[in-house]
Amino acid sequence: MNRFSYTKTHTLEEAIHEVIPNDGTKFIAGGTNLIDLMRANIERPDHLIDITHLDLHQIEETEQGGLRLGALAKNSDTAYHELVQKRYPLLAKAILAGASPQLRNMATNGGNLLQRTRCYYFYDTATPCNKRIPGQGCSAIHGYNRIHAILGTSDYCIATHPSDMCVALAALDAIVNVKGREGERTIAFNDFHRLPDDAAHIDSTLRQGELITSIELPAKGFEKHYQYVKVRDRRSYAFALVSVAAALNLDGDSIAEARIALGGVAHKPWRDVEAETFLQGKVAEPENFEKAAEMILKEAKGYKYNMFKIELAKRAIVRALTEARDLQTPEPLNCYTYNRHHQL
Amino acid sequence: MNASNTTNTDTSYIGRPVNRVDGVLKVTGKAQYAGEYNTSGLLHGIVICSPIPRGKITSVSTSDALKVKGVKKVFTHENVKGLPWFDLSYKDMELLPGSPFRPFYSNEILFSQQPVALVVAESLELARYASTLVRIQYETAEFETSLERNLKKGFTPRRGKTGYEKPKSRGKAERALKKADVKVEAAYFHGAEHHNPMEMFSSTVLYENDDKLTIYDKTQGVLNSQSYVTRVFGLKSKNVRVLSPFVGGAFGSGLRPQYQLFMSVLAALDLKQSVRVTLTRQQMFSFGHRPITWQKLELGANKEGRLMGISHTAISETSRFETYTENVVNWSGRLYECENVRLDYQLVPLDVNSPLDMRAPGAATGVLALECAMDELAYALNIDPLELRLKNYTEIDPAMKRAFSSKNLMDCYKQGAEHFGWEKRSYQPRSMKDGKHLIGWGMSSGMWDAMMMPARAKARLTPDGKLTVSSATADIGTGTYTIMTQIAAETLGLPLNDVTFMLGDSSFVFAPFEGGSSTAASVGTAVLYVCQNIKEEVFKLAQKIDGSPFHNTSIEKVVFANGYITSEDDPQQTIAIAEVLQRSGVKFIEEKSTDLKLKNLIKQGKYSRNTHSAVFVEVKVDEDLGMISVTRVVSAVAAGTIINPKTSRSQVLGGVIWGISMALHEDTFLDNNLGRFMNHDLAEYHIPVHADNPEIEVIFVREKDEIINPLGVKGLGEIGIIGVASAVANAVFHATGKRVREFPITLDKVF
Repeated sequence: MNRFSYTKTHTLEEAIHEVIPNDGTKFIAGGTNLIDLMRANIERPDHLIDITHLDLHQIEETEQGGLRLGALAKNSDTAYHELVQKRYPLLAKAILAGASPQLRNMATNGGNLLQRTRCYYFYDTATPCNKRIPGQGCSAIHGYNRIHAILGTSDYCIATHPSDMCVALAALDAIVNVKGREGERTIAFNDFHRLPDDAAHIDSTLRQGELITSIELPAKGFEKHYQYVKVRDRRSYAFALVSVAAALNLDGDSIAEARIALGGVAHKPWRDVEAETFLQGKVAEPENFEKAAEMILKEAKGYKYNMFKIELAKRAIVRALTEARDLQTPEPLNCYTYNRHHQL
Repeated sequence: MNASNTTNTDTSYIGRPVNRVDGVLKVTGKAQYAGEYNTSGLLHGIVICSPIPRGKITSVSTSDALKVKGVKKVFTHENVKGLPWFDLSYKDMELLPGSPFRPFYSNEILFSQQPVALVVAESLELARYASTLVRIQYETAEFETSLERNLKKGFTPRRGKTGYEKPKSRGKAERALKKADVKVEAAYFHGAEHHNPMEMFSSTVLYENDDKLTIYDKTQGVLNSQSYVTRVFGLKSKNVRVLSPFVGGAFGSGLRPQYQLFMSVLAALDLKQSVRVTLTRQQMFSFGHRPITWQKLELGANKEGRLMGISHTAISETSRFETYTENVVNWSGRLYECENVRLDYQLVPLDVNSPLDMRAPGAATGVLALECAMDELAYALNIDPLELRLKNYTEIDPAMKRAFSSKNLMDCYKQGAEHFGWEKRSYQPRSMKDGKHLIGWGMSSGMWDAMMMPARAKARLTPDGKLTVSSATADIGTGTYTIMTQIAAETLGLPLNDVTFMLGDSSFVFAPFEGGSSTAASVGTAVLYVCQNIKEEVFKLAQKIDGSPFHNTSIEKVVFANGYITSEDDPQQTIAIAEVLQRSGVKFIEEKSTDLKLKNLIKQGKYSRNTHSAVFVEVKVDEDLGMISVTRVVSAVAAGTIINPKTSRSQVLGGVIWGISMALHEDTFLDNNLGRFMNHDLAEYHIPVHADNPEIEVIFVREKDEIINPLGVKGLGEIGIIGVASAVANAVFHATGKRVREFPITLDKVF
């Protein structure tokens, strides 16, 4: 860990104006990822601005009939919030599939979007990594890449984005509200994270010095037909090998609208509008789900140890869509029912 | 003493589920661990490790680090001089053939994550920061870390470490296998596993004038650490006291002195100040591991299912500087009746650190392959897997052609099967289902040694009726404190609260390191003997007291219980033990068990001494997605007398969970391009979390052993894990119809 200075801010304006627009300053909130990365000498900020006291904790309804999630609201407070559970159970379920209760109690919504990949090579400064130091090369492409991406990869980087929450947010077409010195702007969720291309060290389109203030959910919550399937190596505290957030609006037997987002397969939560459009108007049955899955994975490219993800993702998509279709009146998700859901 | 003699009295503790005597200290945070001792002016060291697996350090620049105020010194091979050059000084009680790793000895890099520098500063934060300012240049040499690519380069070790038994073939296995009616042949593989106890390795060295050291060390044997430090640094034993009263798990990783001990002592002696060095979680992957092992099993049977021939080959990795050996294949010649057994054990030296004993070393690996192959044979024969074991049951040790001191594996099979409901199993794979989940039931046998090591104990009884017993043994979470207190209290007939057992101090009388499941038996026997000696002394005093009721009574005719000596014939004739000392005017009675030789040695030599188990497992496998859950385990264990059913059950529970872990989760991925273990943290090095762990039932079958030691105790540290991974693998086959022979069985291998 390097030496750094630390200040605590109390207003948004103060926070934004204190950021010196260079790479050396970082905001810190829950710290569940940043502190780990600092201890491993991967993040080496000169200056930390503690934003935990800013007034960004609220979860409130928007004028457009949606819900605004404060950037500093904790992951657990969000998942267990009455309105989230009632109107966006997909999001609640995705959040609760991630990390551990202790981490979710610390982690904030804004921070969840900005967590960095869990690629082993990124985490080990003894190995070359383009995401850590551009131009060093990627150790994962020819290394142990079982947990790595199969979609949207580049010769520079095959890392995945580790979040579960973001997969649901992508499916729900959330909007990210940010503020910087130049003022406020909104970023569509699917434009927020980027693909590695030849600049794998840049995870998102957030500009240096900008701060996420809130995440906005549109009115449509797909609360009747949704599922979050997370395929992982153990039943808790493991990142997804593949995860699927599925949401359906049904009109009798047929699909009025479908949303499918994948986690664990790409540098960002993966949406495929073409496949969603294909499902529109089709009968909600496994044959159509399989066709959609084929479309989504059409361009997938496996590496030595993660070939299995291609077939696994297809099956997980079918499973998620089928269970979303068949969903009966869901129970409210508290930690107890959540655990029960995950018992066999 | 025979436990059953005193079962009617309150102070009969053997066999009772007594709570841990150190439990309150542990849950209230009052139990102090090696890295928690403080003193004013304590310095902190941070270790820097090599990024390359083989080569040389070409330059070291410490000037930036040393400029930081509060940084005391950076130790590297360049400035550490004058340490012994001969291997013997660095040998520890594990006694691996070869040349032990010597930190800072030269610029040569022998394995990735080799410690290359120690930064010592006034605070941990300063040391950690300064460590980022040390610049070390390396020149990488050609290296090889892949066992799979070098299976043909194995050699047969001529000798091994402490406890290694060279495998012996018998009969004509090749011919028998050719002639067998039914034959299976399969290769199994598992990767490296790291111990990862909760507590990191840490040593706090308290420096006193004239190079006198008090060292709090995380170790399984304080005497091992003490002897290492005195030999490496040329110190006198009386000037080096090593303490380790509490250990947050070790599982074998504390059998050898780890490098933080060397480093903290080096810095303390050089700087003449107290120093602490604690490793990071990442560095917990820098020392020994369960070795990557490839195995081939061939089993042949006649139509009735009797084994005709067994061939077991194991090829494991070792480092280039030491020969690490385990008893991997030997079990295949001992678990079943079979006249023709071919055993072959080879090692391939690679550019890795030396492997290291990890819970049930050798057996966890070898029995895994044998018991998976037995399941394959059962299916080739079209008979029930349990039936196959019963058909080949042996009452004698077929390798040694001698009886077991006791063996009740039969009841393990019977009771385990009954509690599990094995008879309701449908034989065909993929024949049991629950919605989307395939259900599988699998079973396995297990076997481990019941070892006795020389050990001593010292006891002191004072006129207030309090007994203190001590021995330089360890409690690595196993319950040593508790069971030794039970044995001592029962032997002298004192209430548990009046007995204190002390351990983990090199100034105490000799005990070996806590390993191999030998502590309960070895130290337990020493405690029993020393307390019997005290008892005799007390009784002599009791006879001399004015008006003693025991003038003409022999010790055999009295009972020591509930704090009193009471006549067997006339319960009215009684006197408090404390009163005996008070009225005799003695300050205390002190005894040492001085006889390091084990009584009964010749008789013991005529028997094989082992523990056994039968494990039954249920798994559920998501048919589409491959996710595997273990939903039920019954583990039936035959391990002689169970001193404390509660701590013993905990031991077996831990073993079962680790077995599940070995089957489904644990694997340190070695990137052979980089020669480096990559998932070196607990986020990516998976062990089961609570949600993965099923209902586990532990059964201890009755097993009376009058040969092994007077207590009839065999030890439980290892047997709990053995056979679990094979039972899980066999259950996965039963569920899915797929034989996965490469461990861990992750979902991608079955979906």
